[in-house]
Amino acid sequence: MSQPAAAALAQLVERAEALAYDVEYSAVRAWKERHPGALAIGFVPVWAPRELIAACGALPVGVVGGGDKVEIIKGDACYQSYVCHLPRSVVELGLNGRLDCLDGMLFPSICDVIRNLSGVWKLLFPNKLSHYLDLPQDFDPEIGGDFFRAELAQLVELLVARGARRPTPASWRQAITEHNENRHLVEELHALRREQPWRVPTSEAYVVARAGCVLPATEHSALLRDYLALVRAVPRAPLDNARVVVAGAFCEQPPLDLLKTLERAGCYIVGDDFLLAPRFVRADVPLEGDPLAAIANTWLAHAQPHASVWTRAGTKGDDLVALARKAGAEGVLFAAPSFCDPALLDQPMQEAACGRAGLPHMHFKYSENSGQFQGIREQAGTFADAIKLWSGA
Amino acid sequence: MNDSIHKEPSMLRQKELIGGHYRKLARAKEAGLKSAYTFVPGNLTELLLAFDVLPVLPEINALQSAMRGKSAEYIAKAEKLGQSEDVCTYVKCDYGMMKSGNVGPTGERLPDPDLLLLSYTGCFTFLKWFELLREEYKAPTVMLHVPYQGDGAATREMRDYVVKQLRRVVIPALEKVTGKRYDEDRLRHILALSAQAEEDFVAVFRAARNRPSPIDAYFGGVYYIGPIFTAFRGTQAAVDYYRMLRAEVDARVAAGAGPLTPDGPMPREKYRLVVEGPPNWTSFHEFWRMFHEEGAVVVASTYTKVGGVYEDGFRHDPARPLESLAEYCLGCYTNHNLPARADRIARYVQDYEADGFLIHSVKSCDSFSAGQLVILRDVEQKTGRAGAFIESDLVDPRYFAASNVKNRLESYLQMIDQQRRGATACAR
Repeated sequence: MSQPAAAALAQLVERAEALAYDVEYSAVRAWKERHPGALAIGFVPVWAPRELIAACGALPVGVVGGGDKVEIIKGDACYQSYVCHLPRSVVELGLNGRLDCLDGMLFPSICDVIRNLSGVWKLLFPNKLSHYLDLPQDFDPEIGGDFFRAELAQLVELLVARGARRPTPASWRQAITEHNENRHLVEELHALRREQPWRVPTSEAYVVARAGCVLPATEHSALLRDYLALVRAVPRAPLDNARVVVAGAFCEQPPLDLLKTLERAGCYIVGDDFLLAPRFVRADVPLEGDPLAAIANTWLAHAQPHASVWTRAGTKGDDLVALARKAGAEGVLFAAPSFCDPALLDQPMQEAACGRAGLPHMHFKYSENSGQFQGIREQAGTFADAIKLWSGA
Repeated sequence: MNDSIHKEPSMLRQKELIGGHYRKLARAKEAGLKSAYTFVPGNLTELLLAFDVLPVLPEINALQSAMRGKSAEYIAKAEKLGQSEDVCTYVKCDYGMMKSGNVGPTGERLPDPDLLLLSYTGCFTFLKWFELLREEYKAPTVMLHVPYQGDGAATREMRDYVVKQLRRVVIPALEKVTGKRYDEDRLRHILALSAQAEEDFVAVFRAARNRPSPIDAYFGGVYYIGPIFTAFRGTQAAVDYYRMLRAEVDARVAAGAGPLTPDGPMPREKYRLVVEGPPNWTSFHEFWRMFHEEGAVVVASTYTKVGGVYEDGFRHDPARPLESLAEYCLGCYTNHNLPARADRIARYVQDYEADGFLIHSVKSCDSFSAGQLVILRDVEQKTGRAGAFIESDLVDPRYFAASNVKNRLESYLQMIDQQRRGATACAR
C-alpha cells in the first residue's frame, strides 16, 4: 500500500467529514468573511439552481438537516410526532442561530412538509428571504418551461433585492461552467463507485459529496479531484459483497453510521439517491443563449425521474430498475425516512417494478438521528447473504 | 343524522342530489357516460360538465367509507398490499376500497375512470395517489400543475401557466376521451350558474357572524360544502340547493335560532370557536357531539375553504372562463402559504367574534398539518387568545382517541370560562 497516499486519503476524508457535519457552518462563515457583502443562500433537498445563486455572487449552501449532531428541542415544539425529522432539525438549527450565516433559504417543491417549511421559515424568520421554488410538473418548454423561467427570473430579482449582484454574461458563464464541471466530477465519483466499489466505500464517497453542501463549486471540485486521484492510488482489495442500490433516502439523509452498517453487513452500495442536488439534472446547462431558459429547459429535459416529480411516461419504478441494471446491482434496499411521503408512497410501486424485473429487494426505515442499527445490520446482512448464496443459482 | 330529528328541506334535497349522482355513476357505463377521477381542491367540475363527464372524487369516497365504518377494513387491506402505516389514510382507504371491488357509498360499484384528471392543487400526495391509480387502472391521465402561493399571492405568471395547461393539455385530453369538441359557450353558461350558487354559499357561511350563529361552520359546514365542492357546482341543482339553504339559514337568524345538530337544534350558544384543519370522519358525530353538548359552536373553519375560497370575492366568471378556472384552482385554501393561513384564522377570530380557536391536526395530511404548531403560536400572538390543539386522523379509526380529544376540548373550554371570569372581575 502506498503509505503517503493512504495517509493523505485518510486526511482528506477526515476533512470532508468535518465539513459535511459541521452544524456551525464554519466554512460558510469563512467564505462570507472572504467575500464581504456577498450572500449565502441555503436550500433544502433535493435540487436548487446553484448556478443561478452563484451567478448572483452568492454561495449556494445545501442544508440537509442536523443529523445526529443536533439535540432537537425547539424543533420538536414546531412539529407533531407524525412529521418526518428533517424539518425539526432544520428549524432547530435556525432557532439556535446556526443558520444565521444564511441570508435566505430556498425550499424546492418536493413534498408538503418542505413546502410548509417555507411558510414556517417566513413566520419564524421574517427578516430573512424564504422562498418556495415551485418546480414544473408540465414538461413542455412552452408551458412548464415558460413558467419555470419566470420562476427563476423572480428568484434573481429576490436575490438582487437582498443585495446580491445582478448576474452579468460573464458571471453566468463562470457559474454555469463551474457547476457543470462539478456535476461531471460528482458523476465520476459515482461511476468509479459503480465500477470498483471496493475502492470507493460509500461512507467515504458520501462525506466527500456532502462536503459540497458548504463549499463553492470550485473548491468542492478540487476536493473531488483529490479524492478521485487518491482512491485510484491506494490499493484496496475487493470483497465478496452484494452489489445493491439504496433508494428512498433523497431528502432526510441517512446517518453516516447507517451507511457504514450496510457496508459492514456485506453490501456494496453501487447506486443511491443521497444528496441529489449536483446530479439531479443529468446534463450540462448550455453556455449559449438565455441562461434562465437554459437552466429551465435543461431541467425539463434532463431532470432524473424522482418521487417529487410527476412520472410522465412509463411505469413507476422503471427508472430504478434501469439504474440498478446500469450499476450491475443484485438487489435494492428501500431505505425511507419515517413519515417521508414521497419515498413511502413510491415504494410499493417501485417494489412491484423490482419484483417484475426479478430484482431482490427489502425495506427499512430510519431517521436522520437514528442511533441503533443492529436490526438493520441483521436484515441487510441476511439480504446480502441471500443474494450471494442464491442469486443466479 | 338521527332519523328521528327534523330535517330541513335542504338536507333532504342534498341527500337526493348526492344519491342520484352515485346512482348515475353506477350506471355510467351502460348509459354511455364518461367519468373522470379528480380531486376536490382545484376541481374543474364546470369543464367536466361541459363535456358531460361525471366527476368521481376519491377523497370523498374515502371519507364516505369512514362514515360508513368501512375505512378500517380498507386501510388494513392497503397496508397488507404494501402501503406504509406512515402515509395518508385517504390514499390507503381509497386504494383498499378499489381493491375490494370499488363499491361506493350507495352500495353500488363505481365505474373505472375513463380519465384520471390530476388537478394538482395544494396537496403533494395527490400526485402519488394518481400515479398509483394510473398503475391500477391504466387509464389516460392528465396532470394540471397548479403552482403554490409560496410568497402569499397568485401571480399573473402562475395564472397563465394554468391557463396554458388547460388549453393545451386538459381540454385536448377531454376532447379525446369524450369525442366532443370544447364548447366555450357551454362552459360560460355553466360558470354563470356556479357564480349564482357561490353568492348564496358565501351568505350561508357569513351568517355565522350573528349571535347566536345559525350554523355550525365546521361540522354543519361539511354538509353545506358538499354540492359545491363536488359534482354540482355549475348546475341548476346547486343553484336551487344553495338558495334553499340560504333561506333556511336566514329563517334561523330571524328566529334567533342556533344550528341544527344530529341530536336536534342546539339549545344555547356558550362558546364561539374557529377551527383549522379537516374533521375526523370515523367518529364524526361523536366529535361534533363533544362540541355541541358543551354549547360550543364553530363560527368559521378553514376546512370549508379547501374546495375554494369565495369569501374574499372570487366568483367563477363566464366572461373569462379559463382564466377564472385557473384563479379558482390557485385560490384554494391549502394552496395558501402558512402566513396567509394564519392571517385568515386570526381574521376569523376577530370577524366572527370568536372566543377562541382550535386546531384539529390530522396525522394523514401534511398539507394541513405540517407547521400547524407554528400557525398556532402566530394566531395566538395576533389575536391575544390561546388556541387549542387536538390530534387525530381523517379516516383511520386507530388514531381517534375519544377521551383524549374530549379532555382537551373540555380543558380548553374551561380555560375560556376562566378568562371570561377574569375579564369580568377586571371590569368590576
